[in-house]
Amino acid sequence: MLDDRYALAHRLYPYERAADQDAEVAAHHPVVVIGGGPIGMAMALDLALRGVRTLVLDDHEGVGEGSRAICFAKRTLEICDRLGCADAMVDKGVVWNLGKVFHGEDLVFEFNLLPEGGHRHPAFINLQQPYFEKFLVDRIRQAQAEGAPIEIRGKNRVESLDVRDDGAGIEIMTPEGPYSITADWVLACDGAGSPTRRGLGLGFEGKVFKDSFLIADVRMKVDFPVERRFWFEPPFREAGDSALLHKQPDDIWRIDFQIGWDVDRDAELKEDRIRARIDQMLPGVEYEIVWTSIYTFQCRRMESFRHGRVLFVGDSAHQVSPFGARGANGGVQDSDNLAWKLAMVLNDEAPEALIDTYDAERCYATDENIRNSTRSTDFITPKSEISRVFRNAVLHLSRRHDFARPFVNSGRLSVPCIYDGSPLNGADSLPGGPAQTRPGAPCPDAPLEDGFLLHRLGTGFVLLAIGQEPPDTSGLRSVSIATPNAETRARYLVAADRALYLIRPDQHVAARWETATPVEIEAALNRATGKEMA
Amino acid sequence: MSALVTSRNIAIPDEAYDLLLTAHEGLTKDESDALNARLILTLFNHVGDLDVIREAIEVARQ
Ligand SMILES: Cc1cc2nc3c(=O)[nH]c(=O)nc-3n(C[C@H](O)[C@H](O)[C@H](O)COP(=O)(O)OP(=O)(O)OC[C@H]3O[C@@H](n4cnc5c(N)ncnc54)[C@H](O)[C@@H]3O)c2cc1C
Repeated sequence: MLDDRYALAHRLYPYERAADQDAEVAAHHPVVVIGGGPIGMAMALDLALRGVRTLVLDDHEGVGEGSRAICFAKRTLEICDRLGCADAMVDKGVVWNLGKVFHGEDLVFEFNLLPEGGHRHPAFINLQQPYFEKFLVDRIRQAQAEGAPIEIRGKNRVESLDVRDDGAGIEIMTPEGPYSITADWVLACDGAGSPTRRGLGLGFEGKVFKDSFLIADVRMKVDFPVERRFWFEPPFREAGDSALLHKQPDDIWRIDFQIGWDVDRDAELKEDRIRARIDQMLPGVEYEIVWTSIYTFQCRRMESFRHGRVLFVGDSAHQVSPFGARGANGGVQDSDNLAWKLAMVLNDEAPEALIDTYDAERCYATDENIRNSTRSTDFITPKSEISRVFRNAVLHLSRRHDFARPFVNSGRLSVPCIYDGSPLNGADSLPGGPAQTRPGAPCPDAPLEDGFLLHRLGTGFVLLAIGQEPPDTSGLRSVSIATPNAETRARYLVAADRALYLIRPDQHVAARWETATPVEIEAALNRATGKEMA
Repeated sequence: MSALVTSRNIAIPDEAYDLLLTAHEGLTKDESDALNARLILTLFNHVGDLDVIREAIEVARQ
């Protein structure tokens, strides 16, 4: 009745009977998160750190074994840093910068992510998804011990929702039978197959790609350099139409083969078939197969991520092809966007209309993620004869001509979205200021004398004053940098001499000025908290 | 205003056209397709301007 759908890597939240199960009247919770994947856990942690009592219901007792996501981007690490668990991730993860692209035998070109200096976190780390999830849960346990109001219930499967205007009733199945609770807000973080989405009869439209990939994580001791290698039409032709080799912690390497659409999954997943492919790719190398899977991919999203008091977050709301690592990285940004808004609404600090901007901003961001993943996928798996001709023309030209290399698309970096046009954006009155920090943009990190800027910005609204004293705005925290260094100048001033930035709790810019009066700042703050929408 | 040059712009059109045909001489259909693709991409880069490229694609589609 409550069988596991997947094997566990870490059993972190074994089933325990909760008092709610013996309550006469269904117990009430302000926020219930359905699904304890990476996004549900990040969501719950962020909310609880903001003082919002949050209950996570997951149908398993821990983190699934399959690695799935391995590439976590700088923005994700910055968000996790705010949540207090980035250091564990970076310590365990593999930092990489170099990528090599081959066509057949030939190296077409190589790229270096060379993160510009002055950021606390690297451009990317590779880390198995189960570790990522475990570090989030470890941090939740620590936050709990410090009093954060968060509870995780393992082996609690949500069976159905009874959605009302002011919340929902939730039916839950456990190994000891069913019980029900009620909630003001339900956050559906139940993954791409979201039972919540299906239960509400909501659509999930998009594009399915007619190809499949065999993915194998293997353990081997080799002294290959720490770089991402990608082959189009690899010389080990029978192995696949494209292939990827990428390092993870613990001597594990991710191998991907593009194996076509009409494949017999069971046959292809047999160990000898998989070994035949890997042996062609890595002749003479000894390895142990740790995890394998075949995946097909879609790029799709829900039309709206908000359905009254039910909000969809992460893969339940959108799915992208893995090229460019925008799935989990995108979902963590959803959570980052929603947590402060929901906390403010629940604390009566903002009108409920603020929640609609979660939908507006994250749909906009999702479209950008889908556009990027779709383009990578179109390049990697050309869907017509002519698109293959152009793809190979790009690869052919790239060997000798640098101008063609930017066309090569084996997956674009996951970068955070700039919420241009968001209803929360206020004044952009900084003549000569850099485009990268316009309203809607995530704040880039910068080194300070004693640490890093993002760290200093903190977790609430903040006024960043550069080259001037912050105006006296009661109740609004400020951070001031009297004499900005070169990095801060380049990222926040360029041609301007001084600046004021109003920054949201998710560290996106709300408004900026050369200088501003308390009244102007107040107006921008009202706008950024949805008070003009109500 | 159109960004794409649609007025006559090549001094010796017959010469240019001949260059194109000569480049394809003796090629199979596949080789010719590949050459065309490389040529388009190379000229794309020379043009550089997305508006011009968009208009050129429109002209070609008519
Ligand atoms: C091969 C592959 C490679 C990938 N690589 C990357 C990458 O490099 N970088 C990246 O950013 N992303 C990557 N992704 C995407 C990434 O894995 C997903 O985006 C991510 O797991 C989404 O997290 P989630 O929490 O939204 O959903 P999930 O991880 O699917 O979690 C959903 C949770 O909800 C639970 N649940 C479901 N139904 C119920 C119910 N009724 N009641 C209670 N609980 C329920 C599930 O058990 C699960 O714990 C990759 C994906 C694949 C397949």
